[in-house]
Amino acid sequence: MSAPPATQIVGDLSGLPDSDSGPRHLVWWGNLGFMLIEGTGFALAIAAALFLWSRAPAWPPPGDAPPALLWSGLLTLGLFASGLPNGWVKRRALAKDAAGVRRGVLAMTVIGLALLAVRGFEIAALTPRWDKDAYGSAIWMLMLLHTSHILTDWGDTAVQAAWLYTHSIGDDQFADVEDNCNYWSFVIWAWVPLYAVVYWLPRLG
Amino acid sequence: MTERLAASWADPPGLKGFLFTVDHKRIAGRYIVTAMAMMALAGLLALDMRWQLSLPGMRRMGPQLFNESFALHGSTMLFLVSVPVMEAMALWLVPLMLGQRNMAFPRLSAFSYWLYLGGVLMLWVPHALGITPDLGWFEYPPLSGPGYSPGHRADIWAQMITFTEVAALAASVNVSVTILKLRPPGMTLPRMPLFLWAMLVASLMTIFALPAVMLATSMLIADRLVGTQFFAPAAGGDVLLFQHMFWFFGHPEVYIIFVPAVGFVSTIVETFCRRPVFGYPAMVLSILAIGTLAFGLWVHHMFAVGLPRLGNDFYTAASMTIALPAGLQIFCWIATIAGGRVRLALPMLWVLAFIVTFVIGGLTGVMTAAAPLDLQLTDTYFVVAHFHYVLVGGAIFPLLGAFTYWYPKATGRMLGERLGRLAFAAIVGGFNLGFFPMHILGLWGMPRRVYTYGPEMGWGPLNLLATFGSTVAVGGGLLFVANALWSLWRGLPAGANPWGAATLEWATASPPPAPSFAMVPVVDSLTPLWPGDAPLRVMTGLRDDRRELLVTSVVEALPLYRQKSPGPSAWPLVAALAVSVLFLGSIFTPWALIWGAVPVAVALTFWFWPHRPRARHGPLAARR
Ligand SMILES: [Cu+2]
Repeated sequence: MSAPPATQIVGDLSGLPDSDSGPRHLVWWGNLGFMLIEGTGFALAIAAALFLWSRAPAWPPPGDAPPALLWSGLLTLGLFASGLPNGWVKRRALAKDAAGVRRGVLAMTVIGLALLAVRGFEIAALTPRWDKDAYGSAIWMLMLLHTSHILTDWGDTAVQAAWLYTHSIGDDQFADVEDNCNYWSFVIWAWVPLYAVVYWLPRLG
Repeated sequence: MTERLAASWADPPGLKGFLFTVDHKRIAGRYIVTAMAMMALAGLLALDMRWQLSLPGMRRMGPQLFNESFALHGSTMLFLVSVPVMEAMALWLVPLMLGQRNMAFPRLSAFSYWLYLGGVLMLWVPHALGITPDLGWFEYPPLSGPGYSPGHRADIWAQMITFTEVAALAASVNVSVTILKLRPPGMTLPRMPLFLWAMLVASLMTIFALPAVMLATSMLIADRLVGTQFFAPAAGGDVLLFQHMFWFFGHPEVYIIFVPAVGFVSTIVETFCRRPVFGYPAMVLSILAIGTLAFGLWVHHMFAVGLPRLGNDFYTAASMTIALPAGLQIFCWIATIAGGRVRLALPMLWVLAFIVTFVIGGLTGVMTAAAPLDLQLTDTYFVVAHFHYVLVGGAIFPLLGAFTYWYPKATGRMLGERLGRLAFAAIVGGFNLGFFPMHILGLWGMPRRVYTYGPEMGWGPLNLLATFGSTVAVGGGLLFVANALWSLWRGLPAGANPWGAATLEWATASPPPAPSFAMVPVVDSLTPLWPGDAPLRVMTGLRDDRRELLVTSVVEALPLYRQKSPGPSAWPLVAALAVSVLFLGSIFTPWALIWGAVPVAVALTFWFWPHRPRARHGPLAARR
């Protein structure tokens, strides 16, 4: 039998701050972990679509038109444009500017809603149906993945806006705003390969 | 330990505390007990199948019941036992080995367990109702597709996977962030115990491997429910797509189970040889190499599907490559044992059994890695023997060793030595008696997944031997459990560090109190508790009136800030229930994805809602 070992105090941590930002913060890494999971999911879904494409004699199959470019083009432009206010909000969060993040996160909620509306039109224009052939299944899968992505981050942003306006903001919440901005950047950049595979692969001939 | 600190970390009493706890030790404990119960059920299923096969022409089971039995056995062992039990060991051990009071994301630990339990119920409740998946542990389409599998057997299997994989992914993010950001001051990456390296790599592998099977089974459900054509050749789909995605997960899965075992073995070898494991840098590199190489090898499970010739050659070579880091690890352990003062206590016996069994399993693995030989042996009992040697010998034996080793820390009592040795002999002896003959049966051509065979095949005597051996092994397993229960009550008091071990979990009382450590330990070597007579260096300054953790930097483990750590909460349980409703509903209607998402969103909002004073400025500020 043994008791826990004797201890010798060599330092004191009470002077440390109780929050931090960027990769120094614990939650930043949790956020990264979930981005890795979702990124892997996207990469595999794209790989699955490419596998079907490599096996298909024609892509799209005869009788299917390549997906329309109008709404998807608008969405792509809108997504990239939203990167600017998103970056501004992140800088306000790092500067711990309460009024700035309140207005910024609210603005991002409105922008996200507008983008979701565009995505709605884009999906309404998506042909053929998912159950017609494997080509249709593949493009619907990719669109569904990205749409659920926009939707979850929009929900998070909206709740965050409501919270920020009604509470006094602490350092951990500035870090949360920062993480949410990082996540939105991920939503934007994840769209690039998806857009290429859904809208331009069928146009390669 | 101050009373204030203990009070800050205490759970509410009774049922409320049980349901809302975020204490990693309690959560890991129930994770382990659930996984062990699943292992017992899977073992009894195996025994039932062995009974059916013990003699030619037995009538204990018909073909359908046999199909259900091996599908349930395999799915339970792979999805509900092996991966979850390794995650659970990490949930329990990682914070203790770091000298920390909890995981990085305590509520995520609770959420992970409840979802895992959802997966258990998803498979076993329908089984009790007579709806059992019957297509093996990998339900390939087209057999599992809408055309050949009406009803809900395949859906239940596919959605059980979604449950368990979300649970494992949640645990993996939690474990890897805890290891990266909550190390004690001084525990730089090069001073991190091998067990933590192993769990870090296994968690990262999980993050990259598990989305593949979730995506594959989701596509399968979509084919079955809303008529997508992913795996329907007539509409441009391809059934091989499922196999590729399944094995992109399935092969790393074997190493996700094996790599934590490397951590167990290294820890036990260090303690019972009284010296650090030989070749620490080589061990770390080989763990990293296995973690990387495991992702290049999935195609060797598909040699028989007709891939291009060069593909088979490439994957043959690649599959043999992974034997190099595994061999290097065995070499390092043997070198440690050879150069140390070995104590043959129970945990060390399990390690020796592991080394012998795993080497046999590795050798047959190199044999089946060769495409020409694999074409002859695939779908025979040779493969059954091979993967049981690898999985039982390579993962379950080290796991039982780990239970034996950390049992005194978890319970405060020693595991009975004599009963333990008896159980050890029965499990290891029975296992080899049961599974070695299957190599020969496989070489003689006995196929897997047959429910019976005729007397003229000549397979009877070896099958009887296999059944006898399996029975002895299962009996040993029951002895092991009986010993654990008996010792809980009658075991000798263990004290803080009964084995004289070197890592931080042994610096606190056994069992550890709710906050685990009164102060933050400081580390300056790989073996901070050796030599045992020097006092343990610690830091003060974490608050004792609320839950706090010390966050440090990723490489150097320099103290950065004090992180507030959440207390008991209903929301992980509520969120898991909401997610369960969504998963369950989506077997029957795609609309479940829409209406099921609402309660999930509500639960997550409450989960993450920060409790802070009301705003004093702005349009929605509190009125003064
Ligand atoms: Cu493999």
